[in-house]
Amino acid sequence: MKKRMWKNALFHILIILTGLSMVYPLLWMLRSSFSDRTKMFSSVSLWPDPIVLSNYAEGWRGLSGITFSTFFLNSFLIVLLVMAGTVFSSILAGYAFARVKFRMRGFWFTIMMGTMMLPLHVKLVPQYIVFYKLGWVNTFLPLAVPSFFGINGFFIFLFTQFMRGIPQELDEAATIDGCHHFQLFARIHVPLSVPAIITASIFAFLWTWNDFFTQMLYLSDIKKFTVALALRMFIDSQGQSSWGALFAMSILSLIPLFVMFIAFQKYLVEGITAGSIKG
Amino acid sequence: MRKHLTNHNELIGHIFLLPWILGLFGLTLFPMIASLYLSFTHYDLLTPARWAGLGNYIQLFGDPKFLKSLGVTFRFVLISVPFQLAFALLVAVVLKRNRRGVRIYRAIYYLPSLFGGSVAVAILWRRIFGKDGLVNLVLGWFGIKGVSWITTPSTALTTLIILAIWQFGSSMVIFLASLKQIPQDYYEAASIDGAGKVRQFFSITLPLLTPMVFFNVVMTIISSFQSFTPSYIVSGGTGGPLDATLLYSLYIYIKGFTQFQMGYASAMAWMLLFIIGAFTGLIFLSAKRWVFYE
Repeated sequence: MKKRMWKNALFHILIILTGLSMVYPLLWMLRSSFSDRTKMFSSVSLWPDPIVLSNYAEGWRGLSGITFSTFFLNSFLIVLLVMAGTVFSSILAGYAFARVKFRMRGFWFTIMMGTMMLPLHVKLVPQYIVFYKLGWVNTFLPLAVPSFFGINGFFIFLFTQFMRGIPQELDEAATIDGCHHFQLFARIHVPLSVPAIITASIFAFLWTWNDFFTQMLYLSDIKKFTVALALRMFIDSQGQSSWGALFAMSILSLIPLFVMFIAFQKYLVEGITAGSIKG
Repeated sequence: MRKHLTNHNELIGHIFLLPWILGLFGLTLFPMIASLYLSFTHYDLLTPARWAGLGNYIQLFGDPKFLKSLGVTFRFVLISVPFQLAFALLVAVVLKRNRRGVRIYRAIYYLPSLFGGSVAVAILWRRIFGKDGLVNLVLGWFGIKGVSWITTPSTALTTLIILAIWQFGSSMVIFLASLKQIPQDYYEAASIDGAGKVRQFFSITLPLLTPMVFFNVVMTIISSFQSFTPSYIVSGGTGGPLDATLLYSLYIYIKGFTQFQMGYASAMAWMLLFIIGAFTGLIFLSAKRWVFYE
């Protein structure tokens, strides 16, 4: 009995120590963001002494007169558009793949799965050229519009899997009542798919928030910058001098991710495993 | 009536698929074909494309930067993916059982995956592995005077590999979910037959998990080949020092969008598709030997 307790305690201590050392860099960044410039990097401690808020004030002022309010608003706007577009296009396609029996279904589904394996680079240059000719470069359109056309197969797969799990009897009962597909979709499947809608929205949020490549490609005017782009520019322009402000803004940029994680952990796990377990 | 209904469904199905089909042709298939065409041309966005035949592809293999980038990327993928998956599996097995606190532990181990792809963490990495960074501070206690890890060619890539391995959380979550699906009776039966924990892992857990390992290997390799943000931020957009962190994606970006050699960048993109295809093809072929289906 006693030996078992010791083993148990040892298990917890090991797990906690390893876990702490993994998140330690993040905690250290959090601490540094509240530290005085002179103390910032000379200590491994996780407690700022003294606690200083000036890094946040200095960071928020941003660059060239544009504050981080603008950058956060831009990021949120793009994220919201992508979330809306993703749910719209993916739930429609998911319904077709899961619920409508038609001859071409298998064919399109195979193609959809194939596109998930494509590296984005093979589409990159021509997409850029087209958006450039449309005059969309330096607007949010190249970042948001593709999501309305189901550009990411992952989300379609997510909805397809989810809607396959909705009991067939519901459709049959409703069809006898004279519902056709559009009503079935709107009245039964969309309301029942709320968990999948949440999961898809979370992933659209996380990926778009963390995206840097496409944002950098299409946005060049500082007024249009997202948080990620602003951080990049911060390092370039300030050099080594204001790590405090840079860390403070970096921490702020991670907060939305953390909030999503805390609030929707269950849905997050659903999303990560959706592609593998049920498939 | 029946025929009428099938035709009807044919139409309905395509109506629901319409946004996706438009996207498929407009945003995937057309750009793919166009980039294949561009890869045989010289194109700089402003002047019309000039036919180059196989010029870009031939030039690739004489481009020392490209060859270097290819080598860097292979090293990055081939080292980070196995370690990432091994840690994911190990931690998943340890955190499999539902005991007290385990949910919080899982959350903690997942956190780096949540944040890891962000610019913020790449900035943090640059600071940790800098000359007067956290790593050297700790090494200093032991009297070791560390180099600037991110600006030393022989260590710069390693910092990126560590960053990638650090993000094993997503794969861990997938492993955890599939571990839950292994019936407990298997372990009980093995226990009765006298098999220890290690033996149980290699004779029950690992074989039953191989389909999931397979899935994770394919997906992680595909995404690792496209890694961009860390190498860009840590190297300040150059891939330096001495191209030591010039990952494939970064080189495509530099060629296509800072030097506007878009034909060349397209040729690189198609090479990447070919490389990823070859890798996944090999893994699929090997699957028969090691993936165990019940």
